[in-house]
Amino acid sequence: MKLKSLITAAAITALSAGGALADAHGGKLKVGMITTLSGGGAGLGIDVRDGFMLAIKGNDQIEVVTEDDQQKPDIAVQLADKMIQSEKVDVLTGIIWSNLAMAVVPAATAQGKFYLSPNAGPSALAGKGCSPLYFNVSWQNDAFNEAAGAWANENDIKKVFLMAPNYPAGQDMIAGFKRFYKGEVAEEVYTKLGQTDYAAEIAQIRASDADTLYFFLPGGMGISFMKQYAGSGVEKNLMGPAFSFDQGILGAIGDAAVGVKNTSHWSKDIDNEANKKFVADFQAEYDRLPSLYAAQGYDTALLLVSAMGKADVNDAAAFQAALEEADFASVRGKFKFGPNHHPIQDIFMREVVKEGDIVTNKILGVAATDHTDVYGAECKM
Amino acid sequence: MSPILFIEQVLNGLQSGIMLFLMAAGLTLIFGVMGLINLAHGSLYMVGAFAAAAVAGWTGSFVLALAGALAAAAAAGAVIELLVIRRLYDRDHLDQVLATFALILIFSESTRWLFGSFPLYLDVPAALSGPVRLPGGILYPAYRLLIIAVGLVVAAGLFALIARTRIGIQIRAGEADREMIGALGVDISKLYTLVFALGAALAGLAGALVGAIQSVQVGMGEPVLILAFVVIVIGGIGSIKGALVGALLVGLTDTLGSVLLPIFFSSFLEQSSATAVGSALSSMSIYILMAGVLLFKPTGLFGEA
Repeated sequence: MKLKSLITAAAITALSAGGALADAHGGKLKVGMITTLSGGGAGLGIDVRDGFMLAIKGNDQIEVVTEDDQQKPDIAVQLADKMIQSEKVDVLTGIIWSNLAMAVVPAATAQGKFYLSPNAGPSALAGKGCSPLYFNVSWQNDAFNEAAGAWANENDIKKVFLMAPNYPAGQDMIAGFKRFYKGEVAEEVYTKLGQTDYAAEIAQIRASDADTLYFFLPGGMGISFMKQYAGSGVEKNLMGPAFSFDQGILGAIGDAAVGVKNTSHWSKDIDNEANKKFVADFQAEYDRLPSLYAAQGYDTALLLVSAMGKADVNDAAAFQAALEEADFASVRGKFKFGPNHHPIQDIFMREVVKEGDIVTNKILGVAATDHTDVYGAECKM
Repeated sequence: MSPILFIEQVLNGLQSGIMLFLMAAGLTLIFGVMGLINLAHGSLYMVGAFAAAAVAGWTGSFVLALAGALAAAAAAGAVIELLVIRRLYDRDHLDQVLATFALILIFSESTRWLFGSFPLYLDVPAALSGPVRLPGGILYPAYRLLIIAVGLVVAAGLFALIARTRIGIQIRAGEADREMIGALGVDISKLYTLVFALGAALAGLAGALVGAIQSVQVGMGEPVLILAFVVIVIGGIGSIKGALVGALLVGLTDTLGSVLLPIFFSSFLEQSSATAVGSALSSMSIYILMAGVLLFKPTGLFGEA
């Protein structure tokens, strides 16, 4: 009996000593993650979260509070208020959609919180609305499309048919492509957001004399379109930004996606140690292939950890400087921030291929080297 | 626009209208017979699609997948009728809307729990995966022709059921006066369960057929539900004939509007603004159609006052 109490006492002492030690470091940091975990867009948020959590697995200096924004701007704003005021988080992250980011980010940075964007890069936040506390670890919305436009010029694509949903991100993506593309545009079609049947558009594509179809249809819209396109017998080159062809949805499209060219800053076959480790660890932990969203969540966490090693989050200027250094081994290889805190990175052209039974992407080449956005000039911080 | 392209677009409009009919028929039957607004009808569509994807995944057979979808949706319909809907017949429409909205949330999150958040794979059978050449040189996807055929067969079957069978007579009588047919010895609660399961099965069939060419994912039913409501309002609430005509009108307006309006505006506007105005107007076209119909026929085309 005596022995037992003694051991218990010793154990308690050891535990409290450990706690005291952690406190003594004072480096603990609280992260508020607002992301989409329910509804049609949940796959993206789940991947960002899982990538983020994988990178900080076993790190007891970071505490993460995760909440579901249901892909609704009003809910995201409420969650952000709650996290800042009652949870007292130091850093916010997680938002997937541009319209939600626009609703949350300006208010959060105005209250002195850091925001690290693991996805979504609306042009307003890269230009006039930039903030010293806002860091985009993914891309500015136009980036993949500009790179695709540049790639099209060099790869003998003469006439394109453009298609995107009729909402701001859709229009930005098409504008981004046209900014760099020098060839001819046969037709420009805007579909309804959330449209599921593309028979009418496919008939127009069939009748068009374009050699290539360039389209941005994220999530379920892309799945529907690709399946219907495959059954239509139309044979044109297909190109688009990576969002319609990422790992999470390729499984649902199946063989119909094989051969599609898409631009991305990340691919699972980028050849560097950090990426190999990430892909292997992710598969071991979650038993599925990582998507680009998972890679972005992972890089966001690595960036945060690197800054924590250099500065205390309570010293905002020092922490900002530490984030600006971007001193971490990105799974993308090269990664640094431009003056507007948006990435300068290579954008790759990928092709959808079949590896055994799995439909996935492989890199064809670099579409744009050290690519950055055009909005930085308007950013004064 | 060439005549071939125009005919192809008309076929597309027909096909989307036929699919809408399968959804709207169940919705209008349930509303007509039981006076119930069922927001969870879109969830039954989703159940059909997920059941089809699961069965196709296990067995590899599309026919079995369709059968599975019908069975799963009908079963889900019967279960929610017995557990929840039954208690709502005497309630206010607002209570029905609230309760069936809750069902949407329950169905969505349980589906996510069972199948995960990523869209499922369901493809058209290999034999129907390509296009066929129609007279006049039109290339048209074989699977979409199948959808049109299935929809027409179901529509014919439904009309025969309502007009010529004993159950159809009871359904029509239930629409007219539910207390009276109860007094005549018809087991009204059994009839209601049956009608509800029939409506659910039609929604499930639509979900499975469409799931093969669209994305099988949580929340897929709600956009279709909104269109189905537009259809039954246009056609007249409670009328199967109205649902068919309304569905075809909506399908054709939606498809042809999105194709023809941008062309129409480009005849006198600059290309980029023509595209913008045309796309914006075509998104509104079916609602404009609905408003127009209601202006002249406040109870819908085939509705009774």
